[in-house]
Amino acid sequence: MTRPDLTQIAEFIVGDVQADRMVPPTGITARLTLLSAAAMAFLAVFALALSVATGRMADRWGDELARSSTLRISAPADQIDAQTQAALRVLEQTPGVASARALSDEEQRALLEPWFGPDLPVETLPIPQLIEVTETPDGYDAQGLRLRLSAEVPGAVLDDHTRWRRPLVDAASRLRLLGWVSILLIFGTMAAMITLAANAALAANAQVIAVLRLVGARDSYIAKAFVRRYTLRTLGGAAVGVAVGIAAILLLPSAQTAGGFLTGLGFGGAGWLLPLVIPPLAALVAFVATHMAAARTLRDLP
Amino acid sequence: MIELDNVAMSYGGGELLSEISLQLAPGSFHFLTGPSGAGKTTFLKLCYAALMPTAGQVRLFGTDVRTMDRDDIALARRRIGVVHQDVQFLDHLPVADNVALPLTVSGRDTLDESVNLRELLSWVGLKARADALPPELSGGERQRAALARAVIMSPDVILADEPTGNIDWEMSQRLLQLLVELNRMGKTIMIATHDLNLIRAAKGQVQARVLRIAGRRLQLAGADL
Ligand SMILES: Nc1ncnc2c1ncn2[C@@H]1O[C@H](COP(=O)(O)OP(=O)(O)OP(=O)(O)O)[C@@H](O)[C@H]1O
Ligand SMILES: [Mg+2]
Repeated sequence: MTRPDLTQIAEFIVGDVQADRMVPPTGITARLTLLSAAAMAFLAVFALALSVATGRMADRWGDELARSSTLRISAPADQIDAQTQAALRVLEQTPGVASARALSDEEQRALLEPWFGPDLPVETLPIPQLIEVTETPDGYDAQGLRLRLSAEVPGAVLDDHTRWRRPLVDAASRLRLLGWVSILLIFGTMAAMITLAANAALAANAQVIAVLRLVGARDSYIAKAFVRRYTLRTLGGAAVGVAVGIAAILLLPSAQTAGGFLTGLGFGGAGWLLPLVIPPLAALVAFVATHMAAARTLRDLP
Repeated sequence: MIELDNVAMSYGGGELLSEISLQLAPGSFHFLTGPSGAGKTTFLKLCYAALMPTAGQVRLFGTDVRTMDRDDIALARRRIGVVHQDVQFLDHLPVADNVALPLTVSGRDTLDESVNLRELLSWVGLKARADALPPELSGGERQRAALARAVIMSPDVILADEPTGNIDWEMSQRLLQLLVELNRMGKTIMIATHDLNLIRAAKGQVQARVLRIAGRRLQLAGADL
């Protein structure tokens, strides 16, 4: 068989009006196929959104996890500057540290603002000084750094984020995997459902098929009438399902700055094009499933 | 056109037909008789590749049916018009569409064919019933619609299985008349029937050979009918 080109696909969609009339319309199966395709596509949009969002989260956290940590210096007000300088010196000499920077008062205030409000007088409070440490790709020896700091900067506590973020990254990766498995299951179920519907239609039209075969119709002609119907029906149903799914995600209340997991459910930028792959993919699944069902039925006819 | 060479056929039990050899020459007219259950329908099914012989060779237009794939068989059927014993139609389409079905499925459903279709329908006396659905037809009307469907592709061979099975004598005569006319136009005809009167009626009009299935074998019946 030659590769179908665009004209063939166009012909397939426009269809052969005559060939279409050969098979009587099937009311209930048609509506059920449409409905199930829509439902499956709707679910697929959410599974996809889940995979994409958790994937993004896992990547971001994984990145930060690997490359940044925080040094906290708690000391009496008159020592804090000296200790900060000492700590920065130590960090500069530590292999594996790309850069180290003490956060300014404004930055510290911004971090605290969600909890204490904008008018917090940072200067007058015994707030620890934070130092943001960026690592080289190779990273540094956290154990060695801690030892050195405890000797030279008694008020320093190194927080390398690993402890609390690793399980979160693991959970996010697992969620992403579950999302992809769900998508596979959804398409598998769609294939099974369309096969069942097509088999029912083929069985209900056994006489039509036998007559067509006896008057000299080729298998491909007979199969096409069924395959076309189910493919287009699935395409239409899936398109509706995807549209509703995208609308539902757009309508989710957004609270992006809090950065929580649920509010991250959605696509970003070009990612919004991703769900548009679902209807053609569903149509392809329907095409293959109906084709196989029709071939199986026809093979047993004289 | 259709050749059978030492063909045997069984449905799984004992052999129903044995040592059958026959060549349908172009333009010939055959009757096929034999008691009910003798295997007339089975024989015709072998001739349009609805069944494969269990032994021997069936050739359609020079090709062994065993070497034909499903598309080859579909193409061969476009050259063989068949009136089946249990005539079946697409019950959701009107008679005219059903008669034109072989044209439609072979992609020859063109405009000038629609003129032929109308002529053909009036030839079999179904002009007034063209828009009726098959389940609304009488037995005789079904048989005539089946004949029209069998000949619309202008096939080389016409196989008719009890075409006068459930119609009265007058209608049988009319149907026979149609087949005789087709034979005069050069078509090869084979009619399975156990209606001896029909065979006698035909003998006056065409050179017909009468084959009989008896004791699993195909015999040429004498002229003494
Ligand atoms: N598909 C089948 N499977 C098994 N046996 C069959 C099958 N079709 C027909 N037979 C048997 O083969 C025998 C011949 O059947 P066939 O239909 O060829 O007879 P026939 O000569 O056409 O009879 P009639 O004059 O009643 O139409 C019968 O005994 C029938 O029961
Ligand atoms: Mg019979």
